[in-house]
Amino acid sequence: MDTSSFILQQIVNAIFLGSIYALIALGYTMVYGIIELINFAHGELFTAGAFIGVIVLTGLQSFGFVESHFVISMFIVFGLAMAYVAVLGVAVEHVAYKPLRDSSRLAALLSALGMSIFLSNGMMLSQGVSDRAYPPVFGVEGINIGGAIITNGQIFIVLLAVAMMIALQLFVHRTRLGKAMRATAQNRTMARMLGIDIDQTIRITFMIGPALGAAAGVMVGLHYGAVRFDMGFIFMIKAFAAAILGGIGSIPGAMIGGLIIGGIEVFWAAFLPSAWKDVTTFTVLILVLYLKPSGLLGESESEVRV
Amino acid sequence: MNKPPLLQLKDVHTFYDNIHALKGISLSAPQGAIVCLIGANGAGKSTTLMTICGVEPSRQGEIIFDGQPIHGLRPEQITSRGIAQSPEGRQIFPRMSVFENLEMGAFLRKDKEGIQNDMDWVFNLFPVLKDRIGQLGGTLSGGEQQMLAIGRALMARPKLLLLDEPSLGLAPKMVEKIFETIIEINQKSGTTIFLVEQNAQMALSISSLGFVMETGRIVISDKASALLENERVKKAYLGE
Ligand SMILES: Nc1ncnc2c1ncn2[C@@H]1O[C@H](COP(=O)(O)OP(=O)(O)O)[C@@H](O)[C@H]1O
Ligand SMILES: [Mg+2]
Repeated sequence: MDTSSFILQQIVNAIFLGSIYALIALGYTMVYGIIELINFAHGELFTAGAFIGVIVLTGLQSFGFVESHFVISMFIVFGLAMAYVAVLGVAVEHVAYKPLRDSSRLAALLSALGMSIFLSNGMMLSQGVSDRAYPPVFGVEGINIGGAIITNGQIFIVLLAVAMMIALQLFVHRTRLGKAMRATAQNRTMARMLGIDIDQTIRITFMIGPALGAAAGVMVGLHYGAVRFDMGFIFMIKAFAAAILGGIGSIPGAMIGGLIIGGIEVFWAAFLPSAWKDVTTFTVLILVLYLKPSGLLGESESEVRV
Repeated sequence: MNKPPLLQLKDVHTFYDNIHALKGISLSAPQGAIVCLIGANGAGKSTTLMTICGVEPSRQGEIIFDGQPIHGLRPEQITSRGIAQSPEGRQIFPRMSVFENLEMGAFLRKDKEGIQNDMDWVFNLFPVLKDRIGQLGGTLSGGEQQMLAIGRALMARPKLLLLDEPSLGLAPKMVEKIFETIIEINQKSGTTIFLVEQNAQMALSISSLGFVMETGRIVISDKASALLENERVKKAYLGE
């Protein structure tokens, strides 16, 4: 492999990883945008999605459905994982956050941490502590562009992630509910006065964010071939960094932040000692926050409250 | 010609935790009139509007709107009955366009045609908003934001329009334009207007009734023309 195809390969890998980080980051940023809370349970919701995915996929494969109806299978796997986690997300909001909506931020934050531990332990008890293998559905085949190999699995996952992000953008900009969501995030009291049902808006946010996280969980499972109860942690850290880097609360920010974090990680590991890749990621994060505390696309307080 | 008032507050008390912000206020706004509430900073004017809208619910007393009690209703229910507010500080959605801000004003309405007509009407009242239709709310000047806040409230097609200090922080010329438009809205659509102002001179000159508020109480209620001649009002609020 010559240098240019090697670099091309890294770009492919960066886009792949970045899309996954972006999908997870969206969940943090949407929830933060609407209730100013870091949903620490988001990493576990992501993992729960990966587990539902492996359960459904294994089931479908046991009678050969995946081979005969690949697209429908993927639809079912992603659909069920996202739907299940959407319900779980609303339940988390209802149990852990809603009762604390008027209390201090610290109380809500502790509740979020508690939820994270609860879900993590729940998955450990029900799914075990060891790796659980994802049935390999994508082969090693792919297309060759200038020496870089893009596997079918990578193509499928990136396209799906991009489609979901486009759908999200259309939802928040074009639909009544999506606009209600943005209005609530920008000025809750005013949104209430205009007749927007804040509780409903928050519930919907807690469906969409976790559902996107669940989709990312299935993607990770499909690509890396395994899931484990604690796999959410490392992805959570990266996606959270992506959300902050892009400007927490900003949807396009989360997407860009995801790609940047994915890019740094992949390129650092490709050329420099890979043990340092996470250090670099966070160094970049700290530098950006030092230069622009609200993140790349974030609004500073004074800009928001004119 | 003695129609019942469109809005009536009877002995309304509102608290912020244990701060007693409204200490039993009573006032009324006749159908189709412009009335104003004046008073110093911190008197409780904004709280009065927020209480009417249901955002800061009253703890005691009655609020009657259009013949029905509305105290105890949620803000969205009150909005759907026909009350809209352009609040203090304008509260524009900063990252939504002018068009979207106006659209949000009509959030509870389903009559597409009526919404379109009202949007045209708002653009007619404030042509500059049409020029800025795609611009984000947060990038507008103070005067433009004030127009947008009033326009957004009108998009609900309210029977009662609450305006909280629409002249605050605006250049004199812009203040004049805003007051002219308030009169136009009242005359052309018959919308009843409840105006809160520190600019007492201007507010009283376009109102038929005026209420003077001091530390959570209404201390004078009279015809606006009488208030303009009232010694106490002159001294405290008209700077004479
Ligand atoms: N959110 C709040 N929390 C606590 N006290 C408040 C709040 N808003 C207003 N107040 C208090 O209530 C009183 C009336 O305030 P306000 O209605 O804003 O007065 P005005 O609009 O006449 O300037 C003031 O003493 C003010 O400090
Ligand atoms: Mg005020």
